[in-house]
Amino acid sequence: MLNKLFSFNGGVKPDPNKSASTREPIARLALPPQLVIPLHQHIGGTPRPLVTVGSTVLGGQRIGAPDGNVSSAVHAPTSGRVVAIEPRPMPHASGLSSPAVVIEPDGLDTAIERELFDWHAAAPGEIRDFLRDAGVVGLGGAVFPSHLKLNPGKSGHTDTLVINGAECEPFITCDDMLMRAEPGNILRGALIMQRMLAAKQVLVALEDNKPEAAAALKSAARALGHASLEVVVVPTRYPAGGAKQLIRVLTGIEVPHGSRSTDFGVQCFNVATALAVWRALEHGEPLTRRIVTVTGNVERPRNFDVAIGTPISHLFAAAGLKPDTDKLIMGGPMMGIPLPNIDAPVVKATNCLLASSPTLFAPPEPELPCIRCGECARACPADLQPFELYWHSRARNFGRAQEYKLFDCIECGCCAYVCPSHIPLVDYYRYAKSEIWARERDKDAADSARERFEFRNWRADREKEEKAAKLAARNAAKPAVKPADGAAPAADVAPSAGEDPKKALIEAAMARARAQKEAVAAKNTDALTPAQQAQIDAAEERRKRASELSGSDAPVK
Amino acid sequence: MYNSPYLRQNTSVRRVMVTVLVAMLPAIAMQVWLFGIGLLLQIAIASATALACEAAMLSLRRRPVARALGDGSALVTAWLIAVCLPPLLPWWMIVIGTSFAIIIGKHLYGGLGQNPFNPAMLAYCVLIISFPALMSQWPGLQGSDAATQLNWVLGGERALDAVTGATPLDALRTGLLGNADVSAVMQSPAFGHVAGAGWEWVALAWGAGGLLLLALRIITWHIPAAFLGAMALVSGVAWLIDPSHYASPAFHLLAGGTMLGAFFIATDPVSGATTPRGKLIFAAGIALIAWLIRAFGAYPDGIAFAVLLLNICVPLIDIKTQPPVFGHKVEPPDGGAR
Repeated sequence: MLNKLFSFNGGVKPDPNKSASTREPIARLALPPQLVIPLHQHIGGTPRPLVTVGSTVLGGQRIGAPDGNVSSAVHAPTSGRVVAIEPRPMPHASGLSSPAVVIEPDGLDTAIERELFDWHAAAPGEIRDFLRDAGVVGLGGAVFPSHLKLNPGKSGHTDTLVINGAECEPFITCDDMLMRAEPGNILRGALIMQRMLAAKQVLVALEDNKPEAAAALKSAARALGHASLEVVVVPTRYPAGGAKQLIRVLTGIEVPHGSRSTDFGVQCFNVATALAVWRALEHGEPLTRRIVTVTGNVERPRNFDVAIGTPISHLFAAAGLKPDTDKLIMGGPMMGIPLPNIDAPVVKATNCLLASSPTLFAPPEPELPCIRCGECARACPADLQPFELYWHSRARNFGRAQEYKLFDCIECGCCAYVCPSHIPLVDYYRYAKSEIWARERDKDAADSARERFEFRNWRADREKEEKAAKLAARNAAKPAVKPADGAAPAADVAPSAGEDPKKALIEAAMARARAQKEAVAAKNTDALTPAQQAQIDAAEERRKRASELSGSDAPVK
Repeated sequence: MYNSPYLRQNTSVRRVMVTVLVAMLPAIAMQVWLFGIGLLLQIAIASATALACEAAMLSLRRRPVARALGDGSALVTAWLIAVCLPPLLPWWMIVIGTSFAIIIGKHLYGGLGQNPFNPAMLAYCVLIISFPALMSQWPGLQGSDAATQLNWVLGGERALDAVTGATPLDALRTGLLGNADVSAVMQSPAFGHVAGAGWEWVALAWGAGGLLLLALRIITWHIPAAFLGAMALVSGVAWLIDPSHYASPAFHLLAGGTMLGAFFIATDPVSGATTPRGKLIFAAGIALIAWLIRAFGAYPDGIAFAVLLLNICVPLIDIKTQPPVFGHKVEPPDGGAR
C-alpha cells in the first residue's frame, strides 16, 4: 500500500540509550500517600474544580470540568478524600505553581460506576464531547485536547491518519513498551479515530530501532485484518518523531509553521493517545494513568504505569535515584525541561523522567565564537539557517531573526547538538521568541489603549455634533413662528458675506446650549465642600486637557 | 541551570582546526620532498608569529587567552600563509604577512568568526603588493641544500637567481607577451607534464588533503566542485577557441594555487558563503576572477585577489540564496488563501 518513504533534511543520530529501560516490563506503581492533580494539564482553558476540600472522591470521578470546548476534564485516579485545592509547584521549567486538587487515597481504590457509552451508535459530536469529558489529550507531549483534532473539518474526510510511535528521542521508551504490551488496543483506538476522521488510510509509524514493538503491532494488525491499516517502520533519525517530520517521511507533505496538517489531509496522534481513546470509549475509562519512563542516572531504569498526580520523587524512589545526580529532566535529553522541584506531580504530558549526572550529560563546555561552519544548517530538520538566527538573536535584531523564520524553529536541539563552538543555540532562540512575544503584548496593549482613547474622542465629537445639529434643526423650524428672534442673529452674521445662514443658526444654538449648560451647572454647584470643589476642579482640568488633545490630533471624523 | 539539549556531540572548534592541519600534511610533505626544508622553516616562523600576535591581541582585548589560543585557528591561518608564499622568503616578510593577517585581518574585525576577509589571502596580497619582486621568485626542481635554504630564509646572502625563477604562470604570460605560443613556452624546464615541474605533484597532494576534509565532513562538496568546475570551464572554453594563446584546463587546475584555493582557502567558513547555492556562486566567482587575472592581469596568480573580492560579496550572496524553509517550498494546496 505504502510503497515509498520520503525523507526530511537534517536530523542527528545520537546514541539511543533505550535498552536500559526496556529490559523489564511496565510496572504498576503503588499509590503515593498524596496525589496532586493539577487542574490545567493540557492546552486550553483551566478546568473548574467540581469538588470541595473535605469531599470524598471515587476512582474515575470527574474533579475538574472542562472550561469551554478548548479544554479537557480532569479525574481522580483513585478513591480518597480531597485535602486541599490550592496552587502547587508544577513540572515546568519556571517552577511556578498552578491550582491542583490534592487527594489522600483511602487505599480502597473504589471506582465510580462507569458511564458506558455506545460509541458505535453515537454521532461524531457526541463522541467528541465524551472524549473531552474523559480527559483524553495528546500524550506525545503537546497535550492538545484530542476531541478537537478528531474532526475532519469542512471537507468531511481525511486522507491519512498517522499514529506516531516513532519515539525518536534518546532514553524515552514509554511508547515502545506500550506498543509491545497493548498493540491490539492501540490499533483498535486508531480504527475509532479513523472512523471519526473518515480517514482513507491509517499509518502506524515507528522507528526501526524498535523491532519488538514493530513485530507486535504487525501481528496485531494482521489479526485485525483491516486493509487500510498499515504498520510502517521508518529509519531511526532524530527528530523523525516530530509530527511534521513524520508526516513528511510518510506522505512527502511538508506542513508549514502556522498551518494545520488537516489542511493537507493528514492528522497525527501519539500511540498512547490512540489507546486512551480506545479505553475511554470501550470501557468508559477516563485518562487517569499513563506510562512514564524513569531512566538515566538511576539504579533500576524502568517504565512505570503511574496515576497522574503521583509526585515525581515517588517514581525516582522506585527506580533508585543515584546520589551523584545533579539534575532532573522531564522528557528526553534533546528537548526535555529541567525540573526545579522533585515534588512536582506527574502530569498527562510526563513521558519520561531522566536523572542526569555530570558523567551522563557533561555540563556544557565554554561557548566559543560561531565560525559559521554550517554544521547546524546541515542538521536542522526545519531547513533553517540556525547560525543566522543565532547571530540576529544575539544582536537583538529580532526583526531579522523573524525574517529568517525564527518561529519555524521546533527547538529540537539538533543545531546545538552538533555545534563545534558549544553555543547553546536553542537558548538564544527561546530568548528571541520570548522577547518578540513580550514586545507584541506591549504593542497590543498600547494599540488597544490608543484605540479606546481615539474612540472616546470620536464619540465625544459625535455627541457634540448631534446635539448641535438637533438644536439647529429645531431652530431652523422656529423662524416662521418667531421671526424677530431669527432676524437678530441673521443680521449679526450678514457682514461676513456669503456665510451659510444655517451655520449661523447652529452657532446661535450652540451658544444657547452653552448658556443653558452653565445655568444648569450653576444650580448644583452651590454650597460645595472644599473637597467636592477640588474634585470638580480636577475634573474640569482633565476635560480641558482632553479637549485640547482631541482638538490637536483627533483623527476620527 | 542550563537547558536542553543536554546531549552534545563530541566535537569542538579545536577538533575542526586540527583536522584541517592534518589534511594539509600530504601537500606539505610533498613540497618538502621536492623543494627542500625551507617550507618547514616558514611554517615555524608563521606559527610563532601567529600565536604571539593572537595572544597579544587577546590580552589587549581582555579575552581569555589560553582558551582562544587552544582553538587552533591561528595555527591554521599561519600554515595557510606559509604554504601560499614562495618557499624561500626572508623571515621578516613572513612575520609582516602573518602579523597583518592576525592583527588587522582577524582581531581588528572582532576576532574568530568575525573577519570578513580570508586572513591568509590578506597576508598574501599585502606582501605581493609591497614586495612584488621577492614574491615572484619560486624555486625550481633543481633545488638547493638545507643549509643554503636556512641561510636564505634567515636573512643571509640572497643569490636566488641560480635556483629560483618565474612561476609557470609568469613564464607563460611573459612568453605570450613575446608572441610565443603556449606549446613553445611550455618547452621551458619550469614546466612539468601539464603544469609547473614538481608543483603539479604538490597540487595533487592538496587535492588529496581536500578529499580527506570532504570525507571527514569538515567541508562540503559545493565549494571545491564549483571552484574546479568553473576553472575548468572558463579555461577550457578559451583554450578551445585559441589553444595557442590560452593554456589548457589541466594546466590551470594544477598550476599556482588552484587546488590549495579550492579545498583549503575558499572553504574557510568564516569569510565564505554559507548556503549551498551561495557556496556554488562564491566558488565559481573566485575561479572566474582568478582565471581572468591569470589570463589578462599583471600578477603571477589571481586566487588571492579573487578570494578577497568574493569575500566582499558574501553577505549579498548569502541573503540572496537562502534555502527554502521546511513547509515553505511549495504553496499550500489551497493556493495560500489561508
